[in-house]
Amino acid sequence: MEASAVSSAEAVPRARARTARKPKKDRTPWYMWVAVAAIVLFCLFPFYWLINMSLKAGSDLNGSAVFPHNPTLTNYSAIFKNPDFVASLRNSAIVAFITTALALVVGSFCAYALARLRLRGKFVILGIVLSITTFPQIAIAAPLFKLWSDIGIFDTYIGLIIPYLTFALPLAIFILVSFFREIPKDLEEAALVDGATRFQAFRKVVVPLAAPGLATAGILTFIAAWNEFLLAVTLTATTAARTVPAEISFFTGATEHQVPYGSIAAASVVISVPLILLVLLFQKRIVAGLTAGAVKG
Amino acid sequence: MATVANQVGAPAPTRQRSKGLSEKALARLMVSPSMILIALVAAWPVIYAIWLSLHQYSVRVAGLSRWVGVDNYWTSGLSNPDWRSALYHTLIFTVVSVSFEVVIGLGMALAMHRAFRGQGLLRTVVLVPWAVLTVVTAVMWRTMFVSPYGFVNTILGTHTVWLGQTPYALIIVILADVWKTSPFIALLLLAGLQVIPDDIYEAAKVDGATTWQQFVRITLPLLKPAILVALIFRTLDALRIFDLPYVLTQGTVGTSTLSTISQQTFATNRLYGEGSAQAILAFIIVMMVSFAYIRFIGGNIRGMTAE
Repeated sequence: MEASAVSSAEAVPRARARTARKPKKDRTPWYMWVAVAAIVLFCLFPFYWLINMSLKAGSDLNGSAVFPHNPTLTNYSAIFKNPDFVASLRNSAIVAFITTALALVVGSFCAYALARLRLRGKFVILGIVLSITTFPQIAIAAPLFKLWSDIGIFDTYIGLIIPYLTFALPLAIFILVSFFREIPKDLEEAALVDGATRFQAFRKVVVPLAAPGLATAGILTFIAAWNEFLLAVTLTATTAARTVPAEISFFTGATEHQVPYGSIAAASVVISVPLILLVLLFQKRIVAGLTAGAVKG
Repeated sequence: MATVANQVGAPAPTRQRSKGLSEKALARLMVSPSMILIALVAAWPVIYAIWLSLHQYSVRVAGLSRWVGVDNYWTSGLSNPDWRSALYHTLIFTVVSVSFEVVIGLGMALAMHRAFRGQGLLRTVVLVPWAVLTVVTAVMWRTMFVSPYGFVNTILGTHTVWLGQTPYALIIVILADVWKTSPFIALLLLAGLQVIPDDIYEAAKVDGATTWQQFVRITLPLLKPAILVALIFRTLDALRIFDLPYVLTQGTVGTSTLSTISQQTFATNRLYGEGSAQAILAFIIVMMVSFAYIRFIGGNIRGMTAE
């Protein structure tokens, strides 16, 4: 990030100085441009193909043209008239939002204690948290499938939110620990000298300062919850709680011979675009969070 | 939650001298909700799964079960040909996809690091596959390969049913995973590349090192920690792969994995005991790998907690 900022800052005056003369001499050799083009194509083409599919209907759909001959939005209007899809959007939003909120509140306490307070066994606690992030979800899905049916919370929001905490909480804790550690200690100590309790220092000094960290942890947790599939498909059965990823997989398998690919593509685009926009908007923050959580962990 | 905190915090100013709880007591208090939740939502279900795996549940009469000891682990696990092929597919998938992802990710990171002008664009572009949902990734690759919608058969002039036969189905699962994850690895490695100081390269150039020598002698050794972390994360993730094979092929034609076979056993066939045994086997395999790794990178966690 810094490197690119510095380089563009340098590039601007240099480019301006040379505009009068011949075209600026580019330090980037031709094969770098090929590499850049290849990466852009690799990353974007499959998604472009999905958009292309979503704009096709009727006879267009049966061709494999790279452009829709008669682009149409019928697939989009169709999925928003589909009550199952609309319900799944609502379910996903509610489940992901509550999971994120819970993980942030509970996780920030834990992360603060791990980052700042004296506590025996910190290493063990972080080790436990880290090992939970590697838990295969299947080992939780199997028992909960039976247990939730037995106690009557199969196919409910709470039945999804509880197991979602297994990945949301460790994720939030890890990102927050690395953000809390960056906050200068002096501010907290000043608050303590002024007579604040340790908890007040946390709540009134550290939390506001760590707002960017909380935002990062929140975004990443939300994306993880929005994306989750195994538990969603195992622990739901109807539109009462079925989330978007599970709903889309049911679209796929609905009818053997006439899979509604146009609608599936449209639904896929609809649920991806907000996420892509969110990611592009908070790009720097997300990359920082990902690398903090991963490189340090 | 904020209001609760307010109420708790409110009386504090009146007893400023006590400064609330001692630091250690506060630390324990702040850590315990997370620990209790983790125990409840993660540890306890796994223990319950072990209990289930030691029983056989009647498919006809709900609630009827009998103790079978570790039989399920043998009959539906270690000695079961279906489970063994699921294990085999999972291992193939893990080794092949993770190797490709690290190599492609490294290539992309190097290109992003070198690209003077395109870097901002690339940083944005590589986040797209990461942001696309895994289920959508599966749908995307399906629409590219399934005739008559997809373009692959048109370009190749073939009539191959890609998702209907081995080994193509597994190859497409791998391709989809490589597409989704390589960019993420590229970002991790780019972060690693950017902390390597430029003067090392300058010094090497002065000494007459070729670009290849610089890469092998400077870049790779200094990037090793970042590569290892990427490798670890991806391996553990790949071993529990579920969504891609489930959506692309329903775990048929040579794409069953440790997770899909277990899910099918307990959720579709309602064999709770057998399915749980398969889930616990998957759990053991992942945990074995993860503990090996945690020991390996333990120093990093220590560094994080050090005052």
